[in-house]
Amino acid sequence: MKMLNGKWMLLGALGTLAVTTATAQAGQLTVISWGGAYTTSQVEAYQKPWMAKSGNTIVSADYNGGLAEVKAQVQSGNVTWDVVDVETSEGVSGCNDGLFEKIDASKLPKGDNGASPLDDFVPGAITDCAISTIAYANIFGYDSTKFAGDKPTKVADFFDLKKFPGKRGMKKEAKVNLEMALMADGVAAADVYKVLATKEGVDRAFKKLETIKGSIVWWEAGAQPPQLLASGEVTMTTAYNGRLFTPAVTENKPFVIVWDGQQQVFDTWAIPKGSKNKDLALDFIAFSTGTKPLADQARYIPYGPARKSSAPLVGKFKDDKTDMAPHMPTNPENMKNAIVQDVKFWADHYDELNERFVSWIGK
Amino acid sequence: MLSMTNIPDQKSLSRQLAVAERRNKIKAFVLVVPLLLFVLASFVLPIASLVWLGGYNDTFSKALPETTRLLQQWDAKSPISEELAASFVTELRAAKLKDAAVPTRVATVINREQAGSLSKIKQVLTASDMASPFKEHLIALNDEWAKPDIWHAMKIVAPSFTPRFYLQALDHRITADGTIVSETDDNAIQILLFSRTLMVAAIVTLLCAILGFPIAYIMAHAETKTSNMMLIVVLLPFWTSLLVRTTAWIALLQQNGVINDLLVRIGLIDNDHRLVMMYNMFATLVAMTHVLLPFMILPLFSVMKSIKGNLTRAALSLGATPWTAFWKVYFPQTIPGLGAGCLLVFILAVGYYITPALVGGQSGQLISNIIAFHMQKTLNWSLASAIGTLLLIGVLLLYWLYNRLVGIDKMKLA
Repeated sequence: MKMLNGKWMLLGALGTLAVTTATAQAGQLTVISWGGAYTTSQVEAYQKPWMAKSGNTIVSADYNGGLAEVKAQVQSGNVTWDVVDVETSEGVSGCNDGLFEKIDASKLPKGDNGASPLDDFVPGAITDCAISTIAYANIFGYDSTKFAGDKPTKVADFFDLKKFPGKRGMKKEAKVNLEMALMADGVAAADVYKVLATKEGVDRAFKKLETIKGSIVWWEAGAQPPQLLASGEVTMTTAYNGRLFTPAVTENKPFVIVWDGQQQVFDTWAIPKGSKNKDLALDFIAFSTGTKPLADQARYIPYGPARKSSAPLVGKFKDDKTDMAPHMPTNPENMKNAIVQDVKFWADHYDELNERFVSWIGK
Repeated sequence: MLSMTNIPDQKSLSRQLAVAERRNKIKAFVLVVPLLLFVLASFVLPIASLVWLGGYNDTFSKALPETTRLLQQWDAKSPISEELAASFVTELRAAKLKDAAVPTRVATVINREQAGSLSKIKQVLTASDMASPFKEHLIALNDEWAKPDIWHAMKIVAPSFTPRFYLQALDHRITADGTIVSETDDNAIQILLFSRTLMVAAIVTLLCAILGFPIAYIMAHAETKTSNMMLIVVLLPFWTSLLVRTTAWIALLQQNGVINDLLVRIGLIDNDHRLVMMYNMFATLVAMTHVLLPFMILPLFSVMKSIKGNLTRAALSLGATPWTAFWKVYFPQTIPGLGAGCLLVFILAVGYYITPALVGGQSGQLISNIIAFHMQKTLNWSLASAIGTLLLIGVLLLYWLYNRLVGIDKMKLA
């Protein structure tokens, strides 16, 4: 690839084929994301318009999260990924570990309403190495056919096995679950991370989780929760909100999302350190985090755009019937009891709390 | 080659022979060089680096050499000296100028010993006024710097050669003053998982042997047509992706799965009391046994195929009961195949983690899951290497035991 480019550049320098050089400069970018409906939304809203505008091509591939591949590529000096979609917390820990290029957010384009990028992005959406595209929510949902009388409405209902019998699906990770347990145990949303920073708070969260431990089915990939609900293996499960929205709207599955106690997390773009197409990658990130592409993405998946200027542009789902606003994590109606995942807290406590979580889950 | 005038004496003949032989040796060696390099690059080097990475981590000492020296002199009891504080701050901030990722990487390593250190060290990096007296400045920044905890954590992570990852892989910790303590009950897990992994592997091996032996026997003694047919059936799972096979078990075993539906339909169980066969140890054992069964059947089959029937017939004609003839005459001849099958299944089972993670629920948490977890999530590759090395040593010990009991030279793979 590199040699090929060199050859073309030599030809260009000789001034023999001006047209050929123009096409040869068109590069190829490898973009890695999480797959499924989420990647589809990125392909439609970001990748296709960018390819049409710049003439470059994108190779889109999936991964399952985690920074192991990025670390292996950076350490071996053979970086083949150019842009990776990571959660903010991984964007920060990867940045700490020197795995990502720094990105100067002030050089991103202004919002369509003229707002400077630093003001336009919602708080917490910009970190040293990673720029947010959307905020998704960790929510829980249930199958409405399983509960004849009262329906779950509060985060505490998830832990109430008497009133709402059946198994529970949960992600096999400390993050999200510990916060959820505390909120279910009566901790106010604003105090969750304060409480979780103490030994007593951690004990309290694990004690709450212990009450349903025998009924938990653990999931690891985002595609699993809707399957667990659909097969009837669980009656309630935590999930990413978009993963329950899509089957509910497009396949009329009886899935209902409970927004009480939702936890918002940003998904971000980051560039692995040593990417051979760093400038192109930056160009793609600048384009895709613009006001319009971010708003366009909401046409395909109910995730909240990271720019304030995008919010008014959010319209209908791709079926042109469903109004997207009520399904957005950032919808005020859904934000009554909500937290934004504290990236700084998790950078400090990820190892400590996961060590205990892994030990707890294994026993 | 030899001129007529120069008739060679004994000496030069033998020298020429030696030259020719050496040339042949070199030729032969050149032929195996690619294989040798391949084995080195794909087997010896990775394992060596695995063992090395588990005991060597110079993240701290390379970035902060002077601080490392001072920390080693410090007795971990007396208050820290201004000299230590000064060296820590200046070396950390100097490292940042060269490569911004170095100090945060150091902070991440310290944070693994003392949670919360990361943000405190980042404060030091961004603080505008860090001058003498450094100790007071640090404490002014955050009073945690007055406590010994974070300095203890640094003393633990400072040495490049460290037993702490191997200790952690065995549920122990090293403290700042060098004593070794066992992990708290809340955090201890590794030994439990090591023993659970060995137990699961042993049970799966036993199940495969019990199920595989009769199948291999029938295959070996059936007509060629039937045995070929059976061989295809046994090999069929090999041609299906592991994930597909595992997912198929989920579809079969889950509460609203095929088996439960069938049992409810024929009235064997009540609809409200469907069997729980998924996300527990039962599912792990069933799925792993299914996936690994061919590794038991194939060596058994090839060995049984070569056993001549006349020995058993002789035993029978000499008055042995069918059981004695089988147990004393036939069975001992299958040992090489059975041994090979058991060893294969056991070693493969010890490293399994995708299948148990998908179908085993809580009990499907095996030691390989922890290795994958530290590789992918915490990026603590040193700890992952240490656990991996211990697993390797465990398997080698079992291999040695097997060799003593059965004899590796008796093993027949196919």
